[in-house]
Order: sequence, then structure tokens, then C-alpha cells
Amino acid sequence: MSTAPSAAPRRTALDALHRSLGATMTDFAGWDMPLRYASERDEHNAVRTRAGLFDLSHMGEITVTGPQAAAFLSYALVGNIATVGVGRARYTMIVAEDGGILDDLIVYRLADTEYLVVANAGNAQLVLDTLTGRAGGFDTEVRDDRDAYALLAVQGPDSPAVLKSVTDADLDGLKYYAGLPGTVAGVPALIARTGYTGEDGFELFVDPAHAEQLWKALTEAGAPYGLIPCGLSCRDTLRLEAGMPLYGHELTTALTPFDAGLGRVVKFEKEGDFVGREALSAAAARAETAPPRKLVGLIAEGRRVPRAGYPVVVDGRVVGEVTSGAPSPTLGKPIAMAYVDAAHAEPGTEGVGVDIRGTHEPYEVVALPFYKRRK
Amino acid sequence: MSNPQQLRYSKEHEWLSALEDGVATVGITEFAANALGDVVFAQLPEVGDTVTAGETCGELESTKSVSDLYSPVTGEVTAANQDVVDDPSLVNSAPFEGGWLFKVRVAEEPEDLLSADEYTAFSGN
Repeated sequence: MSTAPSAAPRRTALDALHRSLGATMTDFAGWDMPLRYASERDEHNAVRTRAGLFDLSHMGEITVTGPQAAAFLSYALVGNIATVGVGRARYTMIVAEDGGILDDLIVYRLADTEYLVVANAGNAQLVLDTLTGRAGGFDTEVRDDRDAYALLAVQGPDSPAVLKSVTDADLDGLKYYAGLPGTVAGVPALIARTGYTGEDGFELFVDPAHAEQLWKALTEAGAPYGLIPCGLSCRDTLRLEAGMPLYGHELTTALTPFDAGLGRVVKFEKEGDFVGREALSAAAARAETAPPRKLVGLIAEGRRVPRAGYPVVVDGRVVGEVTSGAPSPTLGKPIAMAYVDAAHAEPGTEGVGVDIRGTHEPYEVVALPFYKRRK
Repeated sequence: MSNPQQLRYSKEHEWLSALEDGVATVGITEFAANALGDVVFAQLPEVGDTVTAGETCGELESTKSVSDLYSPVTGEVTAANQDVVDDPSLVNSAPFEGGWLFKVRVAEEPEDLLSADEYTAFSGN
């Protein structure tokens, strides 16, 4: 149970602070990130019931500007980026010519001709290179801004109250999937109402030089609400309960958005061509006529935890594969997401199990998500 | 953290109590429990099982991973801690006390068990 350090992982602007808090650090996509500070279950529950503070500075920021920024992004990505209003954000994907998912992204429109694209840490270089490669012929600039931002997230039902105590920004007017520039605890920030936990919450993009000041101010402002620092471990169980896909698990280059059950992010009706259109049209037709494996939720009847890669079985036959699994603190049972043959994908399907190191444990097939917050 | 002086330790991070009528208690160390994270499932050897020093005899599952449980000694299992089966978080909250895992009638001990000080040096904790 030791983890061999790989060559010189990158450290965020908050690295020293995490260590002073006693965080257990882990290598994540080449970054040394906090896995947990104390108990990941306590951190998970804090976000579900109160508030939690995350360092997400490993995420990859790419700025796209210029007169044709909107047209370019609509060409390079599967979404219709031209219809995103200024101050709004959209969940979208970048695919290869064959429709395979290269990454899932959030795109913020900061101004008429300025967008912030946020990629997963492990894919940031690929997304940057791919966008740059697709920009030819467009009057636009693709800029690597990974070093320009630290990213802090405050997530949980009390996050609006916590943030309100340190900013004059109009948070009530800030809708889900929207972002606005403002000042938080004296620090200039892009304040976005986004997150990856299934809770209400905010993501704050700031100059790395201001990250520590902001972290400390949020910690102090959040103390009366029970806000605690949270690591990547609980982030994973939070997103899993919320049924949110994770690149490398539910999303890979081997799958199109339609295979992943996320065909709705592909906008065929948008103006102009886009990369992957032909392959995605075929994938959409295939999904209609001969549905491939479907992404479903599984809830354990016992206590053993399914892990990514474990076979899903029916009568001893393999009918699918687990993509993510963990004990769910909210449900009190192990849960998993899995791709399962369409014949066994209906909620309530009898006889579905997971092969857990040789033992076939019974699981209930359910619709995703496992958890939905009350609005 | 401190490793109790009266215990002996394996390099697989189990602890072993002194013998009482030939029976020793086995658990995992606080270092190991911290490395695992929140333990959510414990599969322990059953009473009557024969366990072998250095070989797998169960598993401990945490939020992020599953780890094999090794026996630090060879012998016959005389008790498994049902409290841990019911509430695996005991392994985290009291690894050297209520979070013990099983008791074993020791037939044979390996020669490389560590003292508390040696284990502290070995594990860096």
C-alpha cells in the first residue's frame, strides 16, 4: 500500500497549504493533488449537507478569442457554442473525426468574442493541441491559460451563504451554468455557478498568486457553516452518486457521445460543419436501431464494492462492465456505473450481478442518477 | 501516531499481540488504516480456518481500493471480530483496540516480525 512517486508531479499554488492541513496527496494526471484531508466520508457528507472547499487547479484552462471564436468552437466541438449567451456556460465534448470522445468540457462565454474552455487535467494538452490544429482558417486565437488560473470550488447547500459573506457579486442573479467576473474576498475572480458534485456550488477562477488568500478567506467564512476542505476522493463519490461521467471511466476515445448516453450534447442542427459530424450521424442512427450497451446504475444488495473493469454478469455470462464503483455514503450501499447490454439495462432487470474477484454478487439495475438534490 | 510497544509487527502492516494461552490477536496498524482510507468492508477468516504466515486470509475494502489481508503467523483461527464486520470503520477509529481483526492459535511464527521501534522505522511512521 505504498504509492511510488512518478517523475516530478506538478504542484498547485495551494500545495504548501494542503500539506500544512495534513492532506494525503496523490498523483492525479501528473499533478500532486489532495486525495483527502481526514475522512473522505466526512468530506462527502459535508458537501451533501453543508459545504466543502476544493482545489481544482489541475483543470486545464484554454482561452479562445477573436471575431470567429464562436464559429470556430462550433466547428471544433459537438455543441452549438454560438448560441451560448455571454455569461453562460455549456457542457460539451470534443471528439475525433471518428466520433470517439477526446474529452468532455465546460465552455464559458466571457464576452462576445471570448470563451474559456475548461478541460480535464489528463486531457488538457490533447485538447489544446486539437483546438490549435482545428483553428486554421478561422480568425481566432487559442491560448494556453493553464498557468494563468488557480481554480477553487465551494460546493454544497450552504455554498451560496458562504460565498455571499465574502462577495458583493449578485449571486442570486447567477444561474446554474453561468459565470460572471467579480471580486471574492478582495480577489478578482471569474465566479461560475458550476460544479461536479450534484450540489449547488461555485467555481472560482483566480490568479494563482491569489489562491492562498482566497482559500483562507473561504475557510474562515465557511467555518460557521461547517465548511471543510475536501479532496479528490470525495469528489469522485459525489459525482458518482450524481451520475456524472468521468473521463477515462464512462467516457473514452472508444465511445461516441451516443454510446455514452450523452447524444443530447451533439447538435446536428447547428450552422456549418463540425468535426465528427459524419461519424456521429452514423452513431446516432445506430443508437436508434441497434442500441449498444447502455450506461446504467447498479446498487449492491451486499457490501462488496464493484470497481472499474469488473464484469457485469447474468447467469454466469458477461453482459457488461463496471466503469466506476464506490461505497455511496449517501445511500449507505456500494454503487456503480456500468455499460450493460441493452437487454439487461432496464431498471429492475432481474438477475444482474457483478463478478467481484470471482464471486457473483447481486446488484439492482437503476436509472441514473443515484442522487438528486432537492431544489 | 505511535505503535504500541507491546505488539509485534509484520512488513505487511499487521500487528500481533503477545500470546495468551498460545493465542494471539491480529489487526492492521494505524499507518495501514490511514493508507487505506475509510474501510467499508472487511472479509475476515472464519473460526477454524488455518492461516499461513505471509499468505492472504481475507480482504479489507476502502472507498478507493481493496487490499488483501495477510496473516502475520501460521495457525488456526479461534475468533473473528464480528464488530468489525458490522462496522468496518472500527479499523480506522481504533486499529489497535476495538478494530482488531482475528485471533489465531499460533503454530508457527516467521522470524522477521518487527518490534514497535523497528516497525516505526520501517513504515516511516
